Amino acid sequence: MIKENLGIRKSDVINRRMFIVSIAKIIVFTGIVARLFSLQINENKKYLTLSDKNRIREWKLPPTRGNIVDYFGNIIAGNLKVYQLHIIPEQVENFNYLLVRLKTLLNLSEKKIQKILKLKNKLKPWDSIIVSENLSWSQFLKVNNYLYDLVGVKPVMTISRNYPFSEMYTHILGYVSQPNEEEILDNDIVKERYVPGMKIGKLGLEKTLEKHLIGTNAIQRYEVNAYGKRINQLEYQKGLQGSKIRLTVDTEVQKLSAQLLSNKAGSISVMDIYTGDIISMYSSPSYNPNLFLFGISKDEWQLIRNNPLKPLINKTLSGLYSPGSTIKPIVALSALENNIINTNFKVKCTGKTELYGQTFHCWKEKGHGFVSLKNAMKQSCDTYFYEVARLLGVDRLNVTAKKFGLGEKVLGEYFDNEKKGLFPNTNWKKNNLGKGWVLGETLITGIGQGYTQTTPLQLCLMTAQIANGGYRIKPKIIVNNEPLSLENAKMSMELQSLEKPSNKLFNDPKNIKIVQEAMFSSTNEQFGTSYKSRIDDPKYQFAGKTGTAQVKRISKRERELDLKLEQIPYKDRDHALYVAYGPYKNPRYALSIIVEHGGSGSKAAAPMAKALFKLIVDRDELRNKQSNFENINI
Amino acid sequence: MFQKDRLNSELSFIQKIKEIDYTLLACVVLLSIISLFVMYSTDGGEILYHTKSHFSKLLVFFPLMMIIAFFNIRHWHTFAYLFYFLIILLLMYVSFFGLKASGSQRWMDLYFFVLQPSELMKIAVILCLAKYYHRIKIENVNTLTSIILVLSIITIPIIFVISQPDLGTSVLIALSGLIVLWLGGVRVKYFVYSFITFLISLPFIISFLKPYQKLRILTFLDPDRDPLGAGYQIIQSKIAIGSGGLDGKGFLKGTQSYLDFLPEKHTDFIFTLFSEEFGFIGSVGLLILYTIIIFRITRIGALSRSNFSKLFCFGFAFSIFIYIVVNLSMVLGLLPIVGSPLPIMSYGGSSMLATMIGFGIVFSAKINRKQIIA
Repeated sequence: MIKENLGIRKSDVINRRMFIVSIAKIIVFTGIVARLFSLQINENKKYLTLSDKNRIREWKLPPTRGNIVDYFGNIIAGNLKVYQLHIIPEQVENFNYLLVRLKTLLNLSEKKIQKILKLKNKLKPWDSIIVSENLSWSQFLKVNNYLYDLVGVKPVMTISRNYPFSEMYTHILGYVSQPNEEEILDNDIVKERYVPGMKIGKLGLEKTLEKHLIGTNAIQRYEVNAYGKRINQLEYQKGLQGSKIRLTVDTEVQKLSAQLLSNKAGSISVMDIYTGDIISMYSSPSYNPNLFLFGISKDEWQLIRNNPLKPLINKTLSGLYSPGSTIKPIVALSALENNIINTNFKVKCTGKTELYGQTFHCWKEKGHGFVSLKNAMKQSCDTYFYEVARLLGVDRLNVTAKKFGLGEKVLGEYFDNEKKGLFPNTNWKKNNLGKGWVLGETLITGIGQGYTQTTPLQLCLMTAQIANGGYRIKPKIIVNNEPLSLENAKMSMELQSLEKPSNKLFNDPKNIKIVQEAMFSSTNEQFGTSYKSRIDDPKYQFAGKTGTAQVKRISKRERELDLKLEQIPYKDRDHALYVAYGPYKNPRYALSIIVEHGGSGSKAAAPMAKALFKLIVDRDELRNKQSNFENINI
Repeated sequence: MFQKDRLNSELSFIQKIKEIDYTLLACVVLLSIISLFVMYSTDGGEILYHTKSHFSKLLVFFPLMMIIAFFNIRHWHTFAYLFYFLIILLLMYVSFFGLKASGSQRWMDLYFFVLQPSELMKIAVILCLAKYYHRIKIENVNTLTSIILVLSIITIPIIFVISQPDLGTSVLIALSGLIVLWLGGVRVKYFVYSFITFLISLPFIISFLKPYQKLRILTFLDPDRDPLGAGYQIIQSKIAIGSGGLDGKGFLKGTQSYLDFLPEKHTDFIFTLFSEEFGFIGSVGLLILYTIIIFRITRIGALSRSNFSKLFCFGFAFSIFIYIVVNLSMVLGLLPIVGSPLPIMSYGGSSMLATMIGFGIVFSAKINRKQIIA
């Protein structure tokens, strides 16, 4: 052993073992090169993506909403440049000093200052804090003047929604405001495009047409460092403004409606009887939607909320009223269609009628004597319609009323707050109230009291469909067709009824004609209930039917007292209604007017129709001259 | 022959200059220049602190290397044990009075320079063991006393370094020592037995590890378990290297480092930055440069007449190799994160000092390759 060991030279051992180590080294280095190859060559794409993901971050900017215009192209919901004030904390030298300066410059409240400080602690130093969302021009100038002293302050120009006609269109358009968490999560398109500071439609068309109006985000791509700080902008991708939406409404008519209803609670709707275009739809009182853009103040909100005339309720679509005598054309038509009566049929009105020991009064205590259909309609004789309703029965009446759109939504999906109303029949009562129908109820249904509940827009549609000769039309508020001349509009409506026979709402066109003539006499013949509001000029002449809807039962005592309107408490006064269409010779428009607690329809509502028809007919020529705008299909 | 040797031991300055291994020198210079450029890139394309500091260190340590080169290798043989004990003393000093930083105590402040003695120990342990195996008779290599002695030489500094705590350097010291044992002729079966014992006792060793060290191992096994915490470094490092591709993103264009996604880019992860900017081609090029260096050192060892020179050169070559392997495996996600610098490239004075001393001795071995050491 020892000999053997002696024979071995130490350096040989070292060299041999070194050789083994060298081979190991080569193997290990090869392994490392292989690993490098796999990372850098094979998986290069994967890691390149990851590296870009690291360094590139996208910022979405709020999209610009599409404009909404009236029929004549006037912007009724647009966008406005607004001036905002941002602070970028990391650029501020002395934050407290800056706040003191801003406080005096802009009259900021102590609460606002606390809010800014809170935000500062929450946000990253390079994220901007919005001090003021909407600076007035003078405030903006002031800030710009003192900018040298306000290090870290950035005046920003941005775009905000604007409603130039303020409260005029609130019940149609709704308004936009900051969404809450639920609203963001509920709407996929909002969820996808949401960025802080963005506003969404909260009500009305702004809400229901959100996906068309919203527009797409502009996108800024920035290179950021590991801490998320933006280093430089790589790309700016412009967003698309939301679609422009053109409504059928006419701002002039809308303005007049608002004017007529000022200081009153009520509604005016005007409709094209052939195309269903809504020319005006105003619910009074309204409120200024611009107040909601930057968060409404508590005081202003309380003022709106507590107004006894209830500005928050869209009375045209969700106000439910007894139609009163305005239902009489339908009762008459239904009786004619069912061959219950003819033009010769007469009823003797003594001022009241008795049924099973119950007394049903006509509005005229002395009675109308013997009345035919025409006279009954003209003077709105209740006794006549009690008798007709009794003969007709509520179920047959219900069929006709349903045909003309009562008890159904008029605009359907566009307005969340639209109500269906109600037109009763015997089954309805059994199913919903669990009681059998009583004949007395048929009688009061015949004069538009009782269970019947209609929205002003339903009454407008009903009138329009009588005026157009008894054809079903689809009311709409968004323009989707070329302007049509009277003849073309009429033809198009009649053609549609050929394609779809259910659009024809009558059996005999004579019956419609009879009702139309009766309505004409009501306005244009002596003793007619709205005779005083007539226009003799055939260009503007219209036909209509007044209505006075009782809010509560009139007691015997009250009937004897025969109080003047002013002597009755506001809440107990009757609602005044009027439905009309014109011009009588070649009708084109129908309207419905409701003045809540306005007293009688002939005194409070019918005179408004006179003013309206003058304007509407004049506007008609302009309307038909409008060239077509680019329309979107909704 | 004896005369020739004598003559050799008294080489003139000119002869010495002629005997320098210029290939190795060129490689070291080239590596230093590359390291400066990379350091410049870590500073974001400006000559800032790290670049200046790295440059000034090169400026001091490179001449130091040359001075060492002109000393006869004999002297290193003479002072090897002393050098070893001196470093042990420094380690002891550090463990009592050392500077603390990020939870460990491994530095001493020399006012102009912060020294990390454990880095020097990597060289000292090779020198010490090279001298031991140079002097011992080959038949005594595998005696019990010898084995115990050499293991103590390795273990004593490791105890100090582990207690700092610094696992990475401990492992490197241990490997540097063990390679000399291997070269010195310790029986293969001892290595095999201890390796098996090591594997068996691994679970126990792990149970003694500090929580953060265990975490590193877990992270290595699955970096995605905590991508923003413990796994962050390795994930970002792999992204940087992988995104470099064939020819890299270009000098000063490494987004991962430029945008601060890379941790420790000056020191342990310097290769990551290099690889991101210069790609596969650059990385392999760097690896080839290192390979040439290792090969030249090994060659010098093979040419040397004395076993001391051989043992030192082979040992040093291996330790350079192991530093590279540990560092690259770490940044490539092949090993858990252990702090270990890449020779010359990484920022850090002590590591560079130790490496330069090592190179100096290697140059000296080349110049005096015919020197016989008694």
